[in-house]
Amino acid sequence: MSTPVVRLAGVTKQFRSNQRRVTAIDGITAQIATGRITGLVGPDGAGKTTLIRLIAGLLAPNSGTIEVLGLDAARDAQKIQAAIGYMPQRFGLYEDLSVFENFTLYARLRALKGAAREDRFKQLMAFTGLGPFRDRLAGQLSGGMKQKLGLACALVHPPRLLVLDEPSVGVDPVSRRELWSIVETLVEDGVSVLWSTAYLDEAERCHDVLLMSEGRLLHAGPPGPMSAGLTGRTYTFSLNGMDKRTIIPRLRQHPYVMDALIKGSGVHLLLSHEPDVAQKQELAQELGLGEDDLHPTAPRFEDAFIALLKAPSAPASQNSLLADDGPSALHHHGIATNAGSGSVIEVEHLVRRFGLFRAVDDIGFSVARGEIFGLLGPNGAGKSTTFKMLCGLLPPSDGKALVLGIDLRKAAAAARAHIGYMAQKFSLYADMSVTENLTFFASAYGLGGLARNRKIAEAIEEFGLGNLAGVISAQLPLGYKQRLALACAIMHEPGVLFLDEPTSGVDPLVRREFWTRINAMAADGVTVLVTTHFLEEAEYCDRLGIIYQGKLIALGTPDQLKNAHRHEKQPNPTLEDAFIELIQNYDREKDHETR
Amino acid sequence: MRPGDPSFAVVPEQGSGSAGLRLFGLVYKEALQIIRDPSSIAIAFVLPIILLLLFGYGVSLDAKHVPLGLVVESPSPKTSDFAAALSHSEYFQIDRLSDRRLAVAAMLSGRINGIIVLRSDFARKLYSASGAPIQAIINGTDANTARIISGYVQGAWQTWLIHYGLDHGHSISAPVSVDQRMWFNPDIRSRNFLIPGLIAIIMTLIGTLLTALVVAREWERGTMEALLVTPVRIDEILLGKLIPYFVLGMGGMAISTGMAVWVFGVPFRGSVLALITISSLFMLAALGMGLLISTLARSQFVAGQVAIIIAFLPAFILSGFIFDIASMPAAVQFLTHVIPARYFVAALQSLFLAGTLWQVLFSNSIALAIMALVFLGVTRMRTRKALE
Repeated sequence: MSTPVVRLAGVTKQFRSNQRRVTAIDGITAQIATGRITGLVGPDGAGKTTLIRLIAGLLAPNSGTIEVLGLDAARDAQKIQAAIGYMPQRFGLYEDLSVFENFTLYARLRALKGAAREDRFKQLMAFTGLGPFRDRLAGQLSGGMKQKLGLACALVHPPRLLVLDEPSVGVDPVSRRELWSIVETLVEDGVSVLWSTAYLDEAERCHDVLLMSEGRLLHAGPPGPMSAGLTGRTYTFSLNGMDKRTIIPRLRQHPYVMDALIKGSGVHLLLSHEPDVAQKQELAQELGLGEDDLHPTAPRFEDAFIALLKAPSAPASQNSLLADDGPSALHHHGIATNAGSGSVIEVEHLVRRFGLFRAVDDIGFSVARGEIFGLLGPNGAGKSTTFKMLCGLLPPSDGKALVLGIDLRKAAAAARAHIGYMAQKFSLYADMSVTENLTFFASAYGLGGLARNRKIAEAIEEFGLGNLAGVISAQLPLGYKQRLALACAIMHEPGVLFLDEPTSGVDPLVRREFWTRINAMAADGVTVLVTTHFLEEAEYCDRLGIIYQGKLIALGTPDQLKNAHRHEKQPNPTLEDAFIELIQNYDREKDHETR
Repeated sequence: MRPGDPSFAVVPEQGSGSAGLRLFGLVYKEALQIIRDPSSIAIAFVLPIILLLLFGYGVSLDAKHVPLGLVVESPSPKTSDFAAALSHSEYFQIDRLSDRRLAVAAMLSGRINGIIVLRSDFARKLYSASGAPIQAIINGTDANTARIISGYVQGAWQTWLIHYGLDHGHSISAPVSVDQRMWFNPDIRSRNFLIPGLIAIIMTLIGTLLTALVVAREWERGTMEALLVTPVRIDEILLGKLIPYFVLGMGGMAISTGMAVWVFGVPFRGSVLALITISSLFMLAALGMGLLISTLARSQFVAGQVAIIIAFLPAFILSGFIFDIASMPAAVQFLTHVIPARYFVAALQSLFLAGTLWQVLFSNSIALAIMALVFLGVTRMRTRKALE
């Protein structure tokens, strides 16, 4: 085997923030192999970006050594920077320069000129499919196209090591798939790639994985063998009329069950050990199933991650502590339980225009009480606009939008009183404590005096924030921040809860805990509307509406959507496969019409 | 062509002179951004023109057409002669009032800035040794304007006395006679000294504020991070910012000078070469400050605040552009020594109004050169090709 492109030995990096030392990278020793795609995988805040910046010589470690392409990263940063290709988050593009001008800048910085530059430009434009957009400003490109341009700029000078920091964030699944095929071609050509991601499904496509959590390396090696160790411990069974709201919390109490997860109309189980025949029978019986109804299934990377996080030897994760003290029963949602059983959200022919542009173009759907409904679509498809109209933040141009029977075109403020809203990245006041945040949101919803104090005490109790009441929220671990954000959003006992990409980038344990709470609330009759472009999150929804170019192009349960796209080529389609096919079909039809 | 083709992995030849090419690439990129960015255009071209128009036409430290109330207690040919003299002066706008009480009311309501009372014994006392009593009551809220008005009223009185005396063949004794002559700015137009000072303000805006903002923007948008992981060197990144904004700043200087001379009729008595030299030195100092701010503040908001507080406001208040440094308290005077605009304003005012005074230019140039070296040197030392 050839020498690795990157060698890390005992690398530690600390930052100082507010007089506290925060350890971002905690003693990592690892290698990145030549000619392979190495995935740097972990939730937000795991230290992925810090590690990448250390490798690129943009930060110096407090201790340990980093060797890149045989050069010491601390001493020869300049040489390393000249030799590697690097795409930072948000792609490092000048939005006010055109595709060609961005490329020209990076070509000049890498001493490429004249005919050689022209040739390389043509080559890369053909390679990335950006040719027709030569003179378009980078700021006017879609997320996927920006990502490809960022990649082209990093490839100006064919690098031996290509470092990509979360290249698939904010990019739709179609572009994400294209990026993968581009990168795979590069690797065939001998380029080594370091790819960081918070999406666990991407880890399975990498040759090697460095799995990180809270600054530490949990695992290094190919993803296959990592999950292969779990063979015989993963099963699925079909729900067949069981109540999916209650089955998951029940299963998680079970002694053998390490993890249970809804997947469409079935349940995915990870057991703590490979069960013998008797144990398997026992489990099936408890669930009211025949022995044959419990199907063995291939373990996924996410199972491996969960197993690692829950293993006794795992570092004491602040986030993973959460997983065991599940939510207590939520039962204070008076409004929701009193509402009739009809639709809570009704949307008909909804239109929103910005000038001539129709951001939302004749959309209609309805959401029943206690349903979890997802709006899924790439960035810029119109889902945020729809969402804002339903929250009463943006007036519709045309059509009907009712929330709890209140017309948003007439009484947006009245509707808002019954809506809870949790923004992406939690809109908390970072410099206020847990109690101060709760107090502020309670007052904002018009609660005062005793009622407010009672509500705050309840929230602290329900969300297990007792020991942290005085902590400044910026210093909370991610999982607790998420709890606090949700607690703030439901201070006024809303009948409808709006969630904007609530769990993108959090680790799988935190995500499970969050969705368990949401499920419990839905069981109590709270209606939940989620927007996301994150397919793992979509699996948690009862029904999905897929929005693309301002139109609702599909509507149904996750299983219905997958089944509609089952054919010989993809006998077992994932939600991503279904999504991509839907978008491609739509584009083809539209192409047909315009011709 | 696919990357699988053999030619894809061929490393292009690294030509010589790649440092020059890198610098050219950066400067070219910056130029494109300046042209496309409305906020750069606004700060570099629109703001200077607005400031010039404002200070050229709007703001004036001269008192002209000052509204005054005139109360004549017993009208006579003599009082009307004096009243006519006042009315014809461009400095006053006379409002005749019949009664002192009315005048006081008008002053309280703010309609007039002063009251002149010609007492009933005006005509009788005119020839007496103590002189005719005229009373001037002036609104002292704005001490500066009050002093100017008071001076004008006295001047008008003296002038009238002399003319009246000559016309009537009497010599009326004035206690002291001052023969005044204004050098360098004989029309005493405040515009003439405000506009040269304004050039320093405009160049501070471009050199410090705009530069600090555009560097912070690169940090904010993540483009700096992408730049750092290329063969580019720190000196090239710094020069890549210095060169375009130097050109822009000197352009701002040229526009302002042109407008000063041809639109506002401010005289320019010095040498153009001296103007270019000292402006270049000031521009380097201003750019040095801008770049230094951007090594400390990596968000546009903070960079903007810092630039306004440590560069723009001091240049406005403490440079001698509006407020005379010699009449500031000693501690504040001392503080003005660390403000580059102070040296530039002094040099500009002498170049425009007095001519090329080498001793003034030389000492100010030395001060500016030292400041430019210090700011740029510290910036160079503090900037690393790293994110910390």
